[in-house]
Amino acid sequence: MSEEQSAVAPKIHDVAIIGSGPAGYTAAVYAARADLNPIMFEGYEYGGSLMTTTDVENFPGFEKGILGPELMENMRAQAERFGTDMHMELVDRVDLTGDIKKLWVGDDEYHARAVILSMGSAPRYLGVKGEQELLGRGVSACATCDGFFFRDQDIAVIGGGDSAMEEATFLTKFARSVTIVHRREEFRASAIMLERAQKNEKIRFVTNKTVEEVIEADGKVSGLKLNDTVTGEDSVLDVTAMFVAIGHDPRSEILAGQVEVDPSNYVLVQEPSTRTNLDGVFAAGDLVDSHYQQAITAAGSGCRAAIDAEHYLASLA
Amino acid sequence: MSNVVAVTEQTFKSTVIDSDKPVIVDFWAEWCGPCKKLSPIIEEIAGEYGDKAVVASVDVDAERTLGAMFQIMSIPSVLIFKNGAKVEEFVGLRPKNEIVEKLEKHL
Repeated sequence: MSEEQSAVAPKIHDVAIIGSGPAGYTAAVYAARADLNPIMFEGYEYGGSLMTTTDVENFPGFEKGILGPELMENMRAQAERFGTDMHMELVDRVDLTGDIKKLWVGDDEYHARAVILSMGSAPRYLGVKGEQELLGRGVSACATCDGFFFRDQDIAVIGGGDSAMEEATFLTKFARSVTIVHRREEFRASAIMLERAQKNEKIRFVTNKTVEEVIEADGKVSGLKLNDTVTGEDSVLDVTAMFVAIGHDPRSEILAGQVEVDPSNYVLVQEPSTRTNLDGVFAAGDLVDSHYQQAITAAGSGCRAAIDAEHYLASLA
Repeated sequence: MSNVVAVTEQTFKSTVIDSDKPVIVDFWAEWCGPCKKLSPIIEEIAGEYGDKAVVASVDVDAERTLGAMFQIMSIPSVLIFKNGAKVEEFVGLRPKNEIVEKLEKHL
């Protein structure tokens, strides 16, 4: 088949990257430096999950820590420096099954020989009554974004991992009290994060409780109906905000029917490579990783994906 | 030179409530990441719709009373006013075409 570009067919890029977190930007840097002229689709909110955090203390190389958004701006600038063609657009449809991979942003069609998938994951919600209705009216998945609006109020954080501890600790800057509600007795959080939260006078812990409903009054959150997992008893927690920190779900929706995923919708790759079930399609970051979910592991996998893509393209020649 | 009017508690009535054109107001803050993405979009809309609508912004950090008045609990929040009343409201970053669609409904 001729490689001639017609006036109608889109240009065929060597590699397209979907996603703009540490995985995506690292892949972009490596791909650009390998002269693969990557085109990148960042979505509307570039930077990934670190954009909604404050201090990142455990990304290696920053002895005094670095603000999440600052780290991501640096990664983005680095990818741009080496010539990545960035599009702050959302890919809403793909056809990755052929030799030429196709991506759509609305009606705009793009073609590439190789694709790196790094769309990451989105915050998980509880799925209880009142939650979606009160999103932005007291229900939030982003403490750094919305904590400000609940100054001197009693609020709740749902979750038992590091994110929940971090969000709760951050929220004490504004709130009068922060109640961490967790459905188990034990916390998944790391020792240092749990201790920090426990030492904080404004933080209370409520364990073995699930949230059954978000109670509304005057169009805002006025409380949470809780159920004790041990006694079965119901109770009400009087809070004016609920911050969910119960984990994330991989953004693999657009890959349905094409790229293989595990039962939790994480994209499957042939470890230690980033190869998916489709030739020329590679995946990295939290889209794949359900276990570590760290910026540094995502960045590392982005690098591997770019190198895998480079070898794949070389094998086509 | 920005086409977006920064509104304060003092100028809210004259700029937004008493306006004879529909007013789209972007509630933002310096520390809000998604707000930084929305601002350029609002700026673009201001450039294109300047004669048909008033495009304004409120820094909720500086204007706490305004934020509380409209019960802003999450930003960015965009409110559209017409004839002194709120006719549309949405929270969170949206693509330009979605925002324009909402604005055009009230033009």
